[in-house]
Amino acid sequence: MEDYVIEMLHITKEFPGIIANDDITLQLKRGEIHALLGENGAGKSTLMSVLFGHYTPEKGVIKKDGKEVKINNPNDATALGIGMVHQHFMLVDIFSVLDNIILGSEPSKFGFLTKAEARKKVLELSNKYNLMVDPDALIEDITVGMQQRVEILKMLYRDNDILIFDEPTAVLTPQEIDELMKIMKELAAEGKSILFITHKLNEIMAVADRCSILRKGKYIGTVDVKNTTKEELSSMMVGRDVKFAVDKDEAQPKEEVLKVENVCVKSKLHSKDSVHNVSFNVRAGEIVCIAGIDGNGQTEFVGALTGLDDIESGKISLCGEDITKKSIRYKNTHGMSHIPEDRHKHGLVLDYTLEENMILQRYFEPAFSKNGLLKKDKTRKYSDKLAEAFDVRSGQGAQTIVRAMSGGNQQKAIVAREMDREHKLLVAVQPTRGLDVGAIEKIHEAIVKERDAGSAILLVSLELDEVMNLSDRILVMYEGEIVGEVDPKKTTLQELGLYMSGAKRDTGKEA
Amino acid sequence: MEEKTSLFKKSGFQTLIASVLCAILGILLGFIILFFMNPGHAAEGMFAILRNFFKYANNKTNLLYYLGSTLVKSVPVVLCAEAILFAYKTGLFNIGCAGQYTVGIIASLYTGIALEWNWFLCILAAIAAGALWGCICGFFKAYCNVNEVIAGIMLNWIALYICNIILGNKKVMNTTKSETYNVSKNSLLPTFLSNLFGNNTYVTIAVPLTIIVAIVILWVLNKTTFGYELKATGHSKDAAKYAGMNAKRNIILSLVISGAIAGLAAGLYYLTGIEHYKIASSVPGMGFSGIAVAFLGGLHPIGAIFAGLFVEYITLGGQYLNTNYYNPQVADLMIAIIIYLCGFVLFFKTIMNKPTNKLGLKPGEDQANKDAADKTAHKKEV
Repeated sequence: MEDYVIEMLHITKEFPGIIANDDITLQLKRGEIHALLGENGAGKSTLMSVLFGHYTPEKGVIKKDGKEVKINNPNDATALGIGMVHQHFMLVDIFSVLDNIILGSEPSKFGFLTKAEARKKVLELSNKYNLMVDPDALIEDITVGMQQRVEILKMLYRDNDILIFDEPTAVLTPQEIDELMKIMKELAAEGKSILFITHKLNEIMAVADRCSILRKGKYIGTVDVKNTTKEELSSMMVGRDVKFAVDKDEAQPKEEVLKVENVCVKSKLHSKDSVHNVSFNVRAGEIVCIAGIDGNGQTEFVGALTGLDDIESGKISLCGEDITKKSIRYKNTHGMSHIPEDRHKHGLVLDYTLEENMILQRYFEPAFSKNGLLKKDKTRKYSDKLAEAFDVRSGQGAQTIVRAMSGGNQQKAIVAREMDREHKLLVAVQPTRGLDVGAIEKIHEAIVKERDAGSAILLVSLELDEVMNLSDRILVMYEGEIVGEVDPKKTTLQELGLYMSGAKRDTGKEA
Repeated sequence: MEEKTSLFKKSGFQTLIASVLCAILGILLGFIILFFMNPGHAAEGMFAILRNFFKYANNKTNLLYYLGSTLVKSVPVVLCAEAILFAYKTGLFNIGCAGQYTVGIIASLYTGIALEWNWFLCILAAIAAGALWGCICGFFKAYCNVNEVIAGIMLNWIALYICNIILGNKKVMNTTKSETYNVSKNSLLPTFLSNLFGNNTYVTIAVPLTIIVAIVILWVLNKTTFGYELKATGHSKDAAKYAGMNAKRNIILSLVISGAIAGLAAGLYYLTGIEHYKIASSVPGMGFSGIAVAFLGGLHPIGAIFAGLFVEYITLGGQYLNTNYYNPQVADLMIAIIIYLCGFVLFFKTIMNKPTNKLGLKPGEDQANKDAADKTAHKKEV
């Protein structure tokens, strides 16, 4: 008999109108790295919520070490040694690493903290797994990769032996990803069992032993990673064959659409500029990508470009017209489309319906209103048309409150809206964030089609695959500056990684 | 995907149930207080409050007369609630409604008593005064980032003292009775179906106007681009900015309109002549009761009408309490408690949604999670 630490057998969880988990079985062996793969809305989160006791399943049992257990709340899960590294870290920025690790289970005597012991244990663990964490550093001073290790240490400190990683690589550089993979392998070798939630196939191939695939709430199967290929995994996940490389011809750049000259943006946090002297141009019919690690000024730059944030100095021209000081409405109606980085904060009014969101920048246009009165039927038709073209799925069609839609569908709705608006420049910030391969493929195709139709496209992305696949030129941003321009056909991921981490920079900056 | 929602899960219905629950709970608590003060007469006292003007059930003229008075006295509280909910939809908490109502009193009574203007002009003056007061608040919010609650409360007191000064003028104030003179005939609002209400001449066009205002607000919020913008700003300032809406303008406009409605409330009340203004040392409570009424009405313009009628019914019911057994202030206390409980509508709705929405969910990617979370997200429905 196999040695399973956790078994989730025939789990069924229903919500009104939808079966989120339909007879799903997931068995985690001791000491293995088990990937859980699935599209958006496939039921991964629901399954993990069941494991953590957020939900009680209608059917099915959970077994730990072969014995049936009841998990009614997250505390039960913790008691069973199940720990999770969340996609968004749960750390207190102004606390030290050590304080964060002991938070929630502080060792104390007579009401006084006894940190010495805790420190010893943390250092031991850190050395054992080569985590190299400084217990006294403040969270806000260390890199994202380090912060993730603190999260890992938190689980180890609590003696968890079932570790769940929820899309852990989304925020890391290629080098950091490699190191995380090494750490995961070491943890598994030490007998910890790892459940690895992701939709990045490369990582599964690199690190996982087995992989379970969910699709639309159903269990598709579990495969040994050794005996499978990326193509097989993806077709199991999506239910059809998926192309990875984006089909595109050589770019045919024409006239200059966007020209950015010496743009500086003041930082809200410190005295240094968060964007410093950035200059480049984007021509019609090409995709220019700004690559870089999260937090190197991309957000601030896009803010200045689109008008969401103030610009300190410099000049931005759209089709030869100076738009540096123009209002957002002006930019919206004069040829700029913007797929924003944060779809919840900027891209959507979450409590509005899908149709109301589809006309967010256009509600005042004659097509959607007359004399200040909204044309609801026109809006409905328009929304339905866009939803069909971009396969935006929602519970109650155009009248669905957007908050109730899945993240992937929310993103598709924004992409649909921004692509359909009349524009000369498309600013796409992480357009495929949180989407599965099937949806990514479609959005990439749409972006390339846009380019071929003569749009200028400025892509800002943290996903290196996307950067390499999609762009015609790559600009790398590091600490607020463009440190290099590379041709995606001539560069490698490693070279890009060096630029992104600041280890390499072009001396003679090209525009 | 078909979604079967039972009636009980419908947001509008939940609001209704929650509002009724609040009202019942308030009445129960009121009863408990009466019981502790004088156990022997508690039931009788509560009955008197609830029976209210139906005491005159056998005298139709009287019954209708008092029904009319209740309607008239509900007008200002309903309109104040409309003012508050309108601003609330834009994401603003217009606690300055009380001050806007107060300047409305100044404008309507000064023009109606000292200047003896035509009633129509008096109403316009009241609206303008309220709008101005709202505008000041909005200006500070939009351009100096002063929280509208802080600015509103300060403006409430400024309004009160200006009111005492202006209406304390000999032309307006009858110093022997220390209340304002009667409103001049010219300035009294035209009566409306008053013969239907036992010749209650206080029943004026204010009553139908209030209903019209409520319907117009509903219409503006749901059918116009202006309402679309205001609500978008209210739901998410960042998304509104992204969409290119002018947040500053919307904040000011929203408070101007809210203030105008509050000013109208004062005009439509004091120009019926049913009440005289007395020099006061505190801001009129109408604006604050309006907050409770707005919430009790589920933040719906039509719901506010019914909520306002209920609150006013209970308030006036206090007069029927037997003062041999109860201090007259007890009625005020009870009403205060009921009004306080009215604010619990959202709380009850949350409880009703508990079974389907467990806490501790991270904003996941599953449709199903979101569907469940959505049930609570509906709280702020239109």
